[in-house]
Amino acid sequence: MERFIRLSGRVAAMPAANIDTDVIMPKAFLKGIDRSGLAVGLFHDLRFDESGTVRPDFILNRPDMADIRFLLVGPNFGCGSSREHAVWGMLQYGIRGIIGSSYGAIFADNAANNGLLLLSLPPTQIAAMAARLGDGVGEVTVDLEAQRIEMEGHAEAFDIDPAVRRALMLGLDRIGETLTHADRIRSFEQAYLAGKPWLMNERNDERIS
Amino acid sequence: MSAPKTLYDKIVDEHRILSFDESGGAGERLLLYIDRTVLNEYTSPQAFSGLRVAGRAPWRPSASLGLVDHVNSTNPDRAAGKLDDGARRQIEYLSENGRDFGIEIFDLFDPRQGIEHVVMPELGLVLPGMVIAAGDSHSTTYGAFGVVGFGIGTSDIEHLLATQTLVYRRLRTMRVTVGGRLAPGVTAKDLIMEVIRRIGADGAGGHAVEFAGEAIDALGVEARMTICNMAVECGARVALMAPDAKVVDYIRGCPRAPSEALLARAVAEWAGLRSDPEARFDKEVALSADDIPPMVSWGTSPDQSLAITGSIPDPDVLPADRRADAARAMTYMGLTPNTPLQDIAIDRAFIGSCTNARLSDIRDAARILKGRKVAPGVRAMISPGSSGVRAAAEAEGLDRIFIEAGFEWRRSGCSLCLAMNDDSLAPGERCASSTNRNFEGRQGIGGRTHLMSPAMVAAAAVMGRLADVRSLAAAEIA
Repeated sequence: MERFIRLSGRVAAMPAANIDTDVIMPKAFLKGIDRSGLAVGLFHDLRFDESGTVRPDFILNRPDMADIRFLLVGPNFGCGSSREHAVWGMLQYGIRGIIGSSYGAIFADNAANNGLLLLSLPPTQIAAMAARLGDGVGEVTVDLEAQRIEMEGHAEAFDIDPAVRRALMLGLDRIGETLTHADRIRSFEQAYLAGKPWLMNERNDERIS
Repeated sequence: MSAPKTLYDKIVDEHRILSFDESGGAGERLLLYIDRTVLNEYTSPQAFSGLRVAGRAPWRPSASLGLVDHVNSTNPDRAAGKLDDGARRQIEYLSENGRDFGIEIFDLFDPRQGIEHVVMPELGLVLPGMVIAAGDSHSTTYGAFGVVGFGIGTSDIEHLLATQTLVYRRLRTMRVTVGGRLAPGVTAKDLIMEVIRRIGADGAGGHAVEFAGEAIDALGVEARMTICNMAVECGARVALMAPDAKVVDYIRGCPRAPSEALLARAVAEWAGLRSDPEARFDKEVALSADDIPPMVSWGTSPDQSLAITGSIPDPDVLPADRRADAARAMTYMGLTPNTPLQDIAIDRAFIGSCTNARLSDIRDAARILKGRKVAPGVRAMISPGSSGVRAAAEAEGLDRIFIEAGFEWRRSGCSLCLAMNDDSLAPGERCASSTNRNFEGRQGIGGRTHLMSPAMVAAAAVMGRLADVRSLAAAEIA
């Protein structure tokens, strides 16, 4: 996963509340068995109409949006379905960070696992940033190392989960890290299952009648 | 004596292999043991590919079950069901992964196939005190058994398969206490829709929510699953209910349930699976079931809902921060302010999904449909929650009632809940639906979803418009 330390780039505002992962990555793009080819699916039904024609009024379709790196979003962004395709599509489209007040919990975990930075700031601060952007587009610098964000000349500090920050900055192999505790897992599991023998899944061929 | 604990914290403590920060409170970072998972064909492929690339094997293959539910056709003739190339590849890859990694798979032709959150409980694989994480957001369903159940993304599926654990952050807790009793014609679906309407789509964000109170105790296990299932629509990361004798009775007799001897030992331990009386929750919500009416969603977020006796709201009288979203939702839904809900005509009716397609749901709808006909011009479909539920309903003759009323009696799958298969709404079509999400495009691009209980879907199908099940069928619901 690509590391995130400090990044400057275009930001676009999508202030609606409860933008769900069905909207972020519609069902038509969920039929793969690998992670590729998802940039085209990102916000597909907002970017294109039913005949495939570009919707010029959608913010990401504006001509100055080609090199977008950040979104400024409304509350509960990424709620709904667990589909990680939403995060993969975001990164493949070029978006590396999202600035909002709250997120769907599974979406947030998926973002952390893939190096997509989510900043959680108070709703009043998000509203002030949106007001500063004016027509919904601007420039932002996010410095994860210094925990500072600068947008349209205003710099402010932000808090972030230290474990998420570390993983984003180092690009860790999470499974490899956990497997350094394999002995602990194994001894826990043996004692746990011995104490609760009803948890063992005995396979059989009984059929539901 | 140790400090009083919530049910959620008790289960997390039992599964904590190690703590990374030893804080013990909300926000604690820990390594959590996962008892079981269920894998579907659309969120698991990249997890298996990850294992293959890294040369890793599943830690405990018997803790996983794989099945096909999201992309398959619900054509009554399984062999004739349409599958696009992507769906076919996902189904084949699931079987290949099962073979290569020693994981049991229920394919499309297995009599135990069905929607994952219907199949797992009916097999007896969901047991109180477990932690079950799976690649689907509605994994909260398992909370009805006193299980910490939650949805995860594909990277975490891979982590779970490889280690039988997840790196986990302990949640804050919230209790929703529901007193009183639901009125005739009002169901668990209406109860959870009212909770979501009250607290909002983010109202339980980041919390483990325990449902308690006499209205919950009075419900059957399947109705409790409906509540825990849909709790994710108000942001609950986990939904929980203390297991009782009804839960034990449900498990007993399931094909994969523990033997009677083991069950007796388990039941003695499960008695401790409840929040201590003095336990403190970070948030408390209380409501009475007595006043809850049959509910219908009008917008494009599950918290945009109303009593069936109500009218579409006027955005101008809504709180300022909700106005723009409500206006956008109304435009998408093709509705105008102040329209009575019962004046809204429908094109489609759908009973199905992990929320509301168990045997009790099908019986509820059948009671309304018996001796009635679907209104002209309405296409009505039912997709039972599992192949097992479908067979059980047929054994009771319920299929005849649906077919005689004019419903299509389909095969099992997620179907029109998210329309990843060939069941979908055409642009502009309006559907009365027993499902869980009314998002834009959820049931098809431009499709318009109204969420409600299965009995309310049956009533709408018969009337050809959104309808109050209580006025249609006073005798059947008493």
